[in-house]
Amino acid sequence: MHNKSVAELSRELESGKISSVELTREFLDRIKAEDGQYNSFITVTEDQAMADAKAADEQRAAGKAGVWTGVPFAHKDIFCTKGVATTAGSKMLANFVPPYDATVTANFRAAGAVCLGKTNMDEFAMGSSNESSFFGPVTNPWGLANGEKRVPGGSSGGSATAIAARLVPAATATDTGGSIRQPAALCGITGLKPTYGRVSRYGMIAFASSLDQGGTMARTAEDNALMLNVMAGFDQKDSTCVDRAVPDYTATLNEPLKGLRIGLPKEYFSDQLSPAMEQQVRNAVKEYEKLGATVKEVSLPHAKLAIAAYYVIAPAEASANLSRFDGVRYGYRCEDPQDLNDLYTRTRAEGFGGEVKRRILVGTYALSAGYFDAYYLKAQKVRRLIQQDFINAFKEVDVLMSPVSPSPAFVQGEKTSDPVTMYLEDIFTIAVNLAGVPAMSVPAGFVDGLPVGLQIIGNYFEEARLLNAAHQFQQVTDWHQKLPQ
Amino acid sequence: MTISREDIEKVAVLARIRLDEEQIPALENDLGNILSLVDQLSAADTDSVEPLAHPLDAVQRLRADEVTETSQREAFQAIAPATEDGLYLVPRVIE
Repeated sequence: MHNKSVAELSRELESGKISSVELTREFLDRIKAEDGQYNSFITVTEDQAMADAKAADEQRAAGKAGVWTGVPFAHKDIFCTKGVATTAGSKMLANFVPPYDATVTANFRAAGAVCLGKTNMDEFAMGSSNESSFFGPVTNPWGLANGEKRVPGGSSGGSATAIAARLVPAATATDTGGSIRQPAALCGITGLKPTYGRVSRYGMIAFASSLDQGGTMARTAEDNALMLNVMAGFDQKDSTCVDRAVPDYTATLNEPLKGLRIGLPKEYFSDQLSPAMEQQVRNAVKEYEKLGATVKEVSLPHAKLAIAAYYVIAPAEASANLSRFDGVRYGYRCEDPQDLNDLYTRTRAEGFGGEVKRRILVGTYALSAGYFDAYYLKAQKVRRLIQQDFINAFKEVDVLMSPVSPSPAFVQGEKTSDPVTMYLEDIFTIAVNLAGVPAMSVPAGFVDGLPVGLQIIGNYFEEARLLNAAHQFQQVTDWHQKLPQ
Repeated sequence: MTISREDIEKVAVLARIRLDEEQIPALENDLGNILSLVDQLSAADTDSVEPLAHPLDAVQRLRADEVTETSQREAFQAIAPATEDGLYLVPRVIE
């Protein structure tokens, strides 16, 4: 059962061949037996999951089951889950039990899905390797057979790993600079970052408010579509959420791709990319040509400024968002604070990890008097130039395709000595967040036995087109079905 | 691009994060590297460009000035480190 997709599991449950209780038990047992080597879960909610599974079976018996009723999944530990620890991978929130559900959480609850637990992540979503979590690094299932401890990517490394290891068929995730797409690529699974504003951020612990977006991870495009049906939609409680109808993302998966116009941004096929990686990506694009798509070169002239712009904007917004963590109302508090300033400065020094502190300091600097114009304002102007590049490209083509990451999964510790080395992992993903357009990572091949992802970028609110393109690719390739070891 | 020790200490005060002496050299190095990366922005010609704060240039939604929420103080304060009579307790501010 653990090799089946959400769509398949839903059909198994519907046919009565298995109950949700049996299915949930099977996945929980797998997590217990296997997750020690991966560390993909921070919290496993065994008792609650079994209770939810029982309730789901009762719903089914009463004739009230929907597609997600009784299907197991997991939440990235950035989504508030009422009554269940929500840590954002940080010591600062290690003891935080939210008194409310995120909208994404509430949506899955209403759909009858069974949450098995909260997945590990880079602290406060800041990272590309899941090495900065207070709860320990996550180990990629790929590479373990050779005795190598490789990173799963980040920040949604726990969700990606749990899916690749078949501990859950699907998991929620978030993407601010590539945190869905890059781990999806490094773990050989399928992930989607929706258009900014498509999914409510209410209850999703904030990192950079103009960039964060909740999204989907699973092994197949079809499962991502099923997830997005649950997650997308207007929410009064998120003032940046867009009031726009949600289509049924599964309804258009089988539209033929004939005539699809693909653009390959020349800036993403430069010498930063190894020939082996480039070959895998170009082979994948050839499959699309066989399906009837046309391919041409396009340009994103300001792409090379994306990392610089992001590493002003994201830390600046993070410095504002993380100022709420002060030991007063919830979360970590330092011991025996001597005065108010001591409470703040020691709580924050002790509660935050190194990368988080670095980014808060950079962000504070960029926003401070005398530097605001040169850094933050400048970065926001460059952001408009980057956005304009995408708008221009989409006048000529329907989707863009590119690599997701410059290399496959690297070994733990390889990129942690210099923060900037890690930041360059996001070189192909980050412009997408600055522009706010949707993008996916789809398994597209292997280099040295490690998965490689194809990035598909769409115009605003064209998630259905992306999912359609990914699904058609997955009908003629089987990269997404490959198992580690 | 270098960031001075003085700037780091000033920023740490603004960010309310206590820094120990031993942390400063590594921060000078790391933050300096990040700011060097960021300096690439100065190469861009942005004279006639408006800043972009929101990808869809959206504006803040407004609603009618009506009471729609209920008090959930008990639930919210149940997870606080220290409270009394509905107030959050912190170390004395004014002597």
